[in-house]
This record gives sequence, structure tokens and C-alpha cells, in this order.
Amino acid sequence: MIQVNGLTKDYGARRAISDLTFDAEQGEIVGFLGPNGAGKTTTMRILSGYMPPTDGTATVAGYDVVEESLEVRKRVGYLPETVPLYSDMTALEYLKFMADLRHIPNSRERAYETLERVNLGDRADSYIGNFSKGMRQRVGLAQALIHRPEVLILDEPTIGLDPAQVVEMRSVIREIGKDRTVLLSTHILPEAQQICDRVLIINKGSIVAEDTPENLQSRLVGSQRVVLRVRGDSDGLSAKITKIKGVRDVESKPDGSVEFEFAAGQDIRPQVAKTIVQGGYDLLEMRPIGMSLEEIFLELTRDNASGKQSS
Amino acid sequence: MNSLATMLPVSNLHEVSMRNIWTIAKREYDHYFISPIAYVVAFMILLTIGIIFAINIYFFIQNAFQSFGQTPDISPLTGAFAFLLVLSVPALTMRLLSDEARMGTLELLLTAPLRDFELVAGKWLGSFLFILTIVVITLVYPIILNFVLVDPGIDQQLMLSSYLGIILVAASFLALGVGISALFTNQVAAFFVTLSVFVFLWWLIGFPASVLQGSASEVFQYLDMKTHFYNALNMGSIKLADLVYFVSLIALGLFIGTTAVETRRWR
Repeated sequence: MIQVNGLTKDYGARRAISDLTFDAEQGEIVGFLGPNGAGKTTTMRILSGYMPPTDGTATVAGYDVVEESLEVRKRVGYLPETVPLYSDMTALEYLKFMADLRHIPNSRERAYETLERVNLGDRADSYIGNFSKGMRQRVGLAQALIHRPEVLILDEPTIGLDPAQVVEMRSVIREIGKDRTVLLSTHILPEAQQICDRVLIINKGSIVAEDTPENLQSRLVGSQRVVLRVRGDSDGLSAKITKIKGVRDVESKPDGSVEFEFAAGQDIRPQVAKTIVQGGYDLLEMRPIGMSLEEIFLELTRDNASGKQSS
Repeated sequence: MNSLATMLPVSNLHEVSMRNIWTIAKREYDHYFISPIAYVVAFMILLTIGIIFAINIYFFIQNAFQSFGQTPDISPLTGAFAFLLVLSVPALTMRLLSDEARMGTLELLLTAPLRDFELVAGKWLGSFLFILTIVVITLVYPIILNFVLVDPGIDQQLMLSSYLGIILVAASFLALGVGISALFTNQVAAFFVTLSVFVFLWWLIGFPASVLQGSASEVFQYLDMKTHFYNALNMGSIKLADLVYFVSLIALGLFIGTTAVETRRWR
């Protein structure tokens, strides 16, 4: 659905994105993850037909974003970061205007249907100027959905929403993403983890990692950390575990649990379990702790060369 | 209309969607009716023209008793109207595209399946229809003259020509105003630049014509906007040269606007 090849964009002397290559399939929700100024918005603006790239190509729904910009724009729904709304219009008028620009027959009915879909049916005749941030965001989403686009591009769709609205927005996006391609940007890591099938991590205009949220985690983690819990007294347990070959970095936590690490390739959990049981402890829990996306992200986007080498 | 087609940055004019232009124009026209500036402008134009009409009628009636008065016509009204347009059009066009850029809604319009030219032309058409509404209201004065005061009626050709003149002056000013508005993000800046350009076109550009001689003088004479109105259309003469002048200005304004919007995409 989306194919991006060597995409580069310069603003004057500053290179905003450099040689981006990725794609997105139909029915896939792809998350664009990166700090502010990483080039997420620039990439999305190019894909939505707002601005041409300096170099490279991008096709959306089979059409080139530069050569066939109008065809691309017909098939893309785009929600910019600052939701573009006319505060002097009612929600219904605004959506009808957008529907008319897209030549949708029965634009008023379609506008109303779309408002219902984002749970604003009862506020159709209210002026957008009086809407709360969350409602404005939903009107913006409705605008992007009004023509039932094949591709949806959402720039920071949950920014500025309260927690309940965030949950609601995410479920709407999930729902939409079942049969459409969704590309969304965020700098909130759990969000990418929750709603995206695939995550692209972008920093300083380049993609630094691309995978499913789960794979990204396991791929980047050089060692596996495990937390242990036993019934009753865990005294002496850490000493016993330390003796097992391959175990390192053993740590007794104040709550009585014990954490240790082993190299990702060699799983020594069976030996550990045996040791514990033979030592007379009742093993209650042995659970791997994944590196959070936060940590992965920090690891990947660390500026200095020393950071890169150590990872 | 040939000059229009060749000057516009659209490869195929027949591809331009009237429907898109109309959608934009309608939204803009509706917007004027909730805009205080539009009411102030309409009120100012209608009040001033009404006063001038009343004064004219007063002198006509006085002169009629002395039986050497001229037949009244509407050229003093349209003459004043044209002058009022110099001042009021910048207020009507200043926000058309600059405000879209400021509010971020330009991003919405530029990612909709809409050509840049259609956006600019739609904005222009919307403002033109608003001015046209005011023009239609002022038709009440020639109607009064024709059916109530003057027997057997006023000079029809002069009336049509003067009104055509007003419409062309308004359309040209509006096109330039839309074009200049596209260059700015701040509507106050757009207002003052538009006003300066109008003052230049209306008063200043004619001066070199009186100083220079020969063909150079003629060039400036031709560029002088008010002569195309006061010395031609507002005197009842409809000539091709004048029409070409106004249509070229409209094309120039829309060209500036479309190019400015396109340039925004590259920034």
C-alpha cells in the first residue's frame, strides 16, 4: 500500500529526512516512533501529497506522490499534528465541506455518519470553536475518514488527549486498521506497542530499527533478565544461583525476589530451576523481564558513537 | 480569454474542476456573512453611494426647476464605487489565504484532491460573489432613476458599461488581493501590501505617462487602471483594449496566488 524508497527531504541546508526506505501492507498498522524533530511529520507530509520530496520516490495505493499527487490525495486520509479545523463552522458543516471537496454524493448524510462513527453524532450542529481538545481531535479524525480512504496517515493522533480519550482513540484506530493501512506517528512508546503491528524507529531523519514491537525487544536485548520468587525465606538463594555457570549480575531485591541475567543464546533456566528445588525452596515464579521499548529506544537513538559501540 | 489560459500555471485548463472551485467559493461566500469586516465594508459602500445618490438627486431637482439641468445618470455613483473598492477590497481579501496558512487549515486544503489553482480561483470567486451581491443591491439607484425620476429613462448603454466597469475593477482588485494574501501568513501584512499595490495601480502608475513622451508614455497610460475605468467604461465606451487590461490583471492575480501556494509546498 505504501512504498517508500530512498526518500530524502532538505529544508534549505538542513536535511530533515535522509534516504528513508520502508513499506506498509494493506491491513497493517505501522507506527512511526521517534523524538520530536526526527522527521516523522515531514515523511507524513510527503506521503499525504502536501509537499514533494527532495529525492527518492514514494507510492501510495500504487500512485506516485509527486507525479500522481491528486490520485494519492483521493485515497489518503490525513490527520495533521495541529488539527486543521474551521472554528466558525459546525462539525457537520465542516465535514460536509470536506466531503464536497472529495465529491462524495449525499455529503450531508456521509458527514453525519462519520460523526457518529467518532461518537460526535449528538454534537453535529455545535460550533467547532466550542469543542474541547478531544472533540477537536475526533472531528479531525472524522475528516480523515470521511472518504473511507485506503490509507490513513495520522500524525500524533493521541497528543493532548486525556487518558480516557486516548484509550478511545486507540480503539478507533485499531478498528479502522483492520482493513486499511494505517501509518501513525507517536513518541509514546507504549502506544506503539499497543496498537501497531510494526514499528519503525526514526531518529535524525533515518530509520534506526524496523520490526514488530515484540521482535524489536528480543532482537535488541543481548541478555535476558529473569525474576525469581520463592515461598518463604530466600536467604542464601542468590549465593546458590551465582554458582551456576552462565548466570551473572545476581541481585536480591528488598521484596524477597531475586533477579539475574544470562546471555540471550544459552537458556539456563532449567538448571536454575533444578538448583532451587534441590536446595529445598518452593519455586513460585520465574519470569523473564523484557527490555521496555523505552530502553530500546534510548539505546537506538543515543547520539554519541560510544553508545552505539557498547550496544 | 486566451491570455488567461496561457498565463495560468495549469497545463490543461479543461482539467480544472469547476465543482472544486465552487465548493471553495461557496464556503468563502458564506463566511463573509458571519464576518464583521464584510458587514462594515458593505455598510460603508452602500452608505457612501446612498449619500452621493441623494446629493445628485437634490441638485437634479434644483436644476430641473431652472430648466437647464443635465439628465442625471449613474456614473457619479459607479465612479465613487470604484474609489471605494480601492479601500475596501484589501479588507475583504487579506485573510483569504493568509489565514488558512496561519491556522494550519492550508495543510488540509493542500492534501485534499484539489488543484492549487482551484483553491485560489475558488477563493477569488467567493469574494467576487460577495462584491457582486453589494453591486446588485446598488442597482436600486439606477432603477429609481429609470422608473421614477427620469422620463423616458436613463441611458441604458452608459449604465451597463459603468456597471461592467465596476464589476471588472472589483474582479481585478480581488484577484490581486487573493494573490497577495497567498504570499503572507499575517493578514495585516497582506492588507497593507494589497492597499499599497492598489494605490500604485490606481494613482501612481499614471504619473510617468504625463512626464514621458512617445511610446513610453503610452505604456504607462495603458497600465494606469483608473483611465481604463473613468475615461472608458464609466463614460459608456466598451473597448477591447480595456477588457483585455482587466482580464489580464485577473489572470495575473490568480497566477501570483497559485504560484505562491505552490511555493509553500516546497518550503
